[in-house]
Amino acid sequence: MDATFFSNAIQFGAIFLFGCVGEILTEKSGHLNLGIPGIMCVGAAGGCFGAKLYLMPTADPNGFMTIFMAILFAMIFAGILGAVYGFLTVTLRCNQNVTGLAVTIFGAGFTSFFLNSVVLTEGVSTALSSAGQNFFLAAMPYEALGWFGEIFLSHGAMVYLSIIVAVIAAVVLRYTKVGLNLRAIGENPATADAVGINVTGYKYTFIIVGAAIAGLGGLCYVMDYMGGIVGATVDTTIQGIGWLSIALVIFTMWRPALAILGSIVFGALYILSSRITGIAFYQIPLLNIVPFAVTLLVLIVTSIIGKRETQAPASLGLSYFREDR
Amino acid sequence: MQQPALELSNITKYFGPVVANNGINLTLEKGEILALLGENGSGKTTLMNMISGIYYPDEGQIKVNGREVVISSPDDAFKLGIGMVHQHFKLIDIFTAAQNIVLGVKDGKRYSISRSNGEVAAIAQKYGFEIDPKKKIYDMSVSEKQTVEIIKVLYRGADILILDEPTAVLTPQETQKLFSVMRAMKADGKSIIIITHKLNEVMEISDRVAVLRKGEYIGCVKTSETTKDALTEMMVGQKIVLNIERPETEIDRPLLEIRNLTVKSDEGSVAIEDLSFFIRGGEILGVAGIAGCGQRELCEAIAGLRKIESGGIYHEGESIVGLSPKEIYKKGIAMSFIPEDRLGMGLAPSLSITDNMMVKNYQDHTMGFKPLEIKEDEKPFKAFLKRIYNAVGSFFDRHSPFVNRRVARAEAEQVIKELDVVTPSTETPVRRLSGGNVQKVLLGREILTDPNVLITAYPVRGLDINSSYLIYDILNRRKEAGTGVLFIGEDLDVMLALCDKIMVLCHGRMMGVVHADRTTKERLGLMMTGALDVAEEKGKPMGVAKDTRIEEDE
Repeated sequence: MDATFFSNAIQFGAIFLFGCVGEILTEKSGHLNLGIPGIMCVGAAGGCFGAKLYLMPTADPNGFMTIFMAILFAMIFAGILGAVYGFLTVTLRCNQNVTGLAVTIFGAGFTSFFLNSVVLTEGVSTALSSAGQNFFLAAMPYEALGWFGEIFLSHGAMVYLSIIVAVIAAVVLRYTKVGLNLRAIGENPATADAVGINVTGYKYTFIIVGAAIAGLGGLCYVMDYMGGIVGATVDTTIQGIGWLSIALVIFTMWRPALAILGSIVFGALYILSSRITGIAFYQIPLLNIVPFAVTLLVLIVTSIIGKRETQAPASLGLSYFREDR
Repeated sequence: MQQPALELSNITKYFGPVVANNGINLTLEKGEILALLGENGSGKTTLMNMISGIYYPDEGQIKVNGREVVISSPDDAFKLGIGMVHQHFKLIDIFTAAQNIVLGVKDGKRYSISRSNGEVAAIAQKYGFEIDPKKKIYDMSVSEKQTVEIIKVLYRGADILILDEPTAVLTPQETQKLFSVMRAMKADGKSIIIITHKLNEVMEISDRVAVLRKGEYIGCVKTSETTKDALTEMMVGQKIVLNIERPETEIDRPLLEIRNLTVKSDEGSVAIEDLSFFIRGGEILGVAGIAGCGQRELCEAIAGLRKIESGGIYHEGESIVGLSPKEIYKKGIAMSFIPEDRLGMGLAPSLSITDNMMVKNYQDHTMGFKPLEIKEDEKPFKAFLKRIYNAVGSFFDRHSPFVNRRVARAEAEQVIKELDVVTPSTETPVRRLSGGNVQKVLLGREILTDPNVLITAYPVRGLDINSSYLIYDILNRRKEAGTGVLFIGEDLDVMLALCDKIMVLCHGRMMGVVHADRTTKERLGLMMTGALDVAEEKGKPMGVAKDTRIEEDE
């Protein structure tokens, strides 16, 4: 265990954190979006596409613009898929689980096709990996600060962005009227409707915003963790991370602030198997199940404690229809 | 002269062909408490819902402070300073009192929980509410939740408050607290309409009483110038003679006996309190009471669907407390409960009539296996083979993984024929049938099993006259067959004509059991509203049979 390990845990945790915060916002509106893994994939595809749009015609690309374009397109792509999920579950009141799984399957398939056939044309791979190395992973000078610098200051912009997003989400949920209204909708939409809150508007807004944030997780994986190297199986890996992000929501008991710590724990557990030397090949999967095992443990413990604040929003997964009584 | 706070003129509301409110005129002066009195289905809640913007009147005008207004949504009502506290609370469980109260208020101010707490505490102080703004709803008692609902309305600046049966869920002490708060609000110039069925409370709290009966406005009197008897007469009206038969039957020993039963409602308040009664074979025992006085909880307790707090339920002398609903049904206790939404309990809406028949008794159906006959002079080996065949066959017949749809379909056809159900076929999903036909299917299935105790709640709710008489006829036939029928009803005239005895419930307490042919509608009305307690009048506990089958273990 050295400083590099913790630094990597934080870096990897940022991917989880985006997915987790996105899912928390969605779930707080009463919608269980199991499409998050697919949406994260699409975020990665959109981000690469956005970066390509800027990088290819530009002779001397600027770091800020590259990151901005990548983030913008990641959010647009993921947001569109989130809007589709929202239309199906809010307006048409489809079953949320089925819709979510369909979104995941679509998102992964679309990403695989889109990255390989549309984005990665001649020379794009090189451009993306150089952008990843030079722009996304550009860090402050941290060597002088020793282990502290290595753990906390050696990261690219996406990692800090993930923490800022989580803090904003936590503040909004806890200290604003918008957050109060959103939580009320997730708990009991009929009550929220009766006091004049625009239930449908809130649901759409937070499903789309949540999806857009989750989409950044995919971008973070491709451009930050992988340094711009787009592998052929990127959709499979991101899907796995996506499921873990949903588990992280339960692990952190629907609190974005706690998710910052939780994501680092999950990040550490995820990269653990590749850092521990001297274990047999067949033992690696055992290490990989640890995040799921601790999530189960958290579920068991919170259920036994039975405190209402640590449980899922009361009407999570239920469609709301005003004329139903 | 001062303008009245609220003035309704000629308000009419139809639900399909049914007139829920017909030409209602009502005025509410500033700073008065008006009690709205009426039986079930007299249109009180409908009228109040029109004032609070949930329904829109088909005819008539509403004036607030002398100005004619249109109220088309709850938001409109809030803007006019009208707030309604419903019987069912609309609160977010995991929020605190203060969070619930400020939720959705568009005052343009920044959300601050400490300021909200202060504001709520100030309102509570002003009117004498006892409330902790930081307490979570899930930790609260029913009375505290109601307080939150009332403060929620006051916080939004309501000057006209409508309280829909606020005392139904409260203990007498909590009611007194509510009344003192209401007096404080009145002193502050607020106008209050309170819907209640308890005449004692009407006399105590209100300045005037308006009475509705069957959607019609009967009149409005000053509380100080009227009596309970006069109000009851206004409320129940003249007795209507109905041509319903009441066959004389041999009455049997008690079939079902209830002793000191206490049951809680979903919200945790006491729904049935220390209730004792019994049903004999061959009689119809009516249960009269204002809606929501524990009828549902009583049914569920008997059918084994609801946990009882204390007391006993005995069937032919044996306790059935703690048995599963299936075991209770096997003992011959059948229940047909027609809830407000008809399909809620008892039938699966998307399944066909045949399937709904099977839901209850599929285990009793066999595949129709016929054993081979073994003759006396048969060869031993052949007889042996036949015996094995019969044993295996009957085993699979009893433990078959398949259901027998043929028998169920025959049952469905029988019910359709006997009860005159209008349906395209036996395979039509129940939800496609009209309400009356759904009720017939439900009742038909219950009597098909030939129960010895039949509990039927609101069996004629929403039915036309002919269907209703058909159902009365079915119940009478069951009675003649020796079944004990518990008839939970709404219409006093019907109950007086059909039932042998009538038990009156008032908020979960029994006000007495009376013989239907020796009582009057007015007396029942007084008992329903809690103004007359026959049990107390006679000075002895009622509801314990002399020839009880319960063996006392002393």
